[in-house]
Amino acid sequence: MTHVTDTGTYLYAVTQESPSPGPEGLRGVAGTAVRTIVDEGLVAYVSTVPLDEFGAEPLRRSMENLEWLGETAGAHHNVVEEVAEQRPTAPVRLVTVYRGDDQVRELLHERHDDFLDVLAHIAGRREWGVKAYIDLSVTEAAPAKSAGGPGTAYLKKRQAGLRSREEAWRQAAARAEELHVTLSSVAAASHRHRAQDPELSGRKEPMILNGAYLVDGDRDEVFLRAVEKLRGEGVDVELTGPWAPYSFTDLEVRGDG
Amino acid sequence: MTDGSRYAPAVRSGSPPAQSRREPANLGDILERVLDRGVVIAGDIKVNLLDIELLTIKLRLVIASVDTAKEMGIDWWEHDPWLTGDSKALQEENRRLRARLNALEAGDPRD
Repeated sequence: MTHVTDTGTYLYAVTQESPSPGPEGLRGVAGTAVRTIVDEGLVAYVSTVPLDEFGAEPLRRSMENLEWLGETAGAHHNVVEEVAEQRPTAPVRLVTVYRGDDQVRELLHERHDDFLDVLAHIAGRREWGVKAYIDLSVTEAAPAKSAGGPGTAYLKKRQAGLRSREEAWRQAAARAEELHVTLSSVAAASHRHRAQDPELSGRKEPMILNGAYLVDGDRDEVFLRAVEKLRGEGVDVELTGPWAPYSFTDLEVRGDG
Repeated sequence: MTDGSRYAPAVRSGSPPAQSRREPANLGDILERVLDRGVVIAGDIKVNLLDIELLTIKLRLVIASVDTAKEMGIDWWEHDPWLTGDSKALQEENRRLRARLNALEAGDPRD
């Protein structure tokens, strides 16, 4: 027997065994073929990856390469979505690589009940992403004319600007909380992600809400209508999804909620 | 850079629901999910996720807006030494500006 090989087992997602066939012919990260490992009613979607690309050392470099990261993240995401399309799926974080299939089987065995809990929680539900942006120029008041000279006028204007900006942000934060509470009331579970940078969102208005909502399949329409109602008063809303339930499958956090 | 729209999970051809403006998933949305969410498994694995965690701090700088997060009162970076320097400098600048304004308003007869 060859000793510890130069390949690892890359894990994408865990689902429950089902009589209907899963997706076939999937390609995963680095173009590898996706296959399954089955144990006690759980199914792990994996592929065999070369460790000269997916070992700790090479990853240290390639995780900083946005092009590599983009392609790998896209491939990982694609497998997760294909699987989640057909059955309740717990997506696993990017670049989770095991020494071999045996370690994955061990995982399925040891965390069997945790996975079942998570899968039961998300079954029949989908994740929607809602991002809200605020146009601060709509809410920001024009500074009053100053009686002083140009120096004072400038500084007063600057201070008034700071004050109204602070006020605008306070309102924006309150508005974001309100939007989140409204959407959460229609969802089975919710989670607020950190707001994205304009460079990432591609929009110049600041993002005030970056929420994820786990919605029952038969409540989708209700949820989407609720999203539509959020627009206005300088707030614009973007909807993405449905996603695999990335934000609601945290094994480590399970148990307290 | 990879074209993020390739991974759009949602845009179903045919009949979009009335009024809903659904955006295709962009790369930022995907990165945010695959790096920050999903099942994290500790234990006997080949690649140590904690190492990766450290690497992704740089990405977090891109993913989470420092300015926006700061103004929204989200303070995860307060514990990140890379960033604390900057925000302190900003606060200091604000403080100096206010002091200068107060001094001016207190009476500069020429103005």
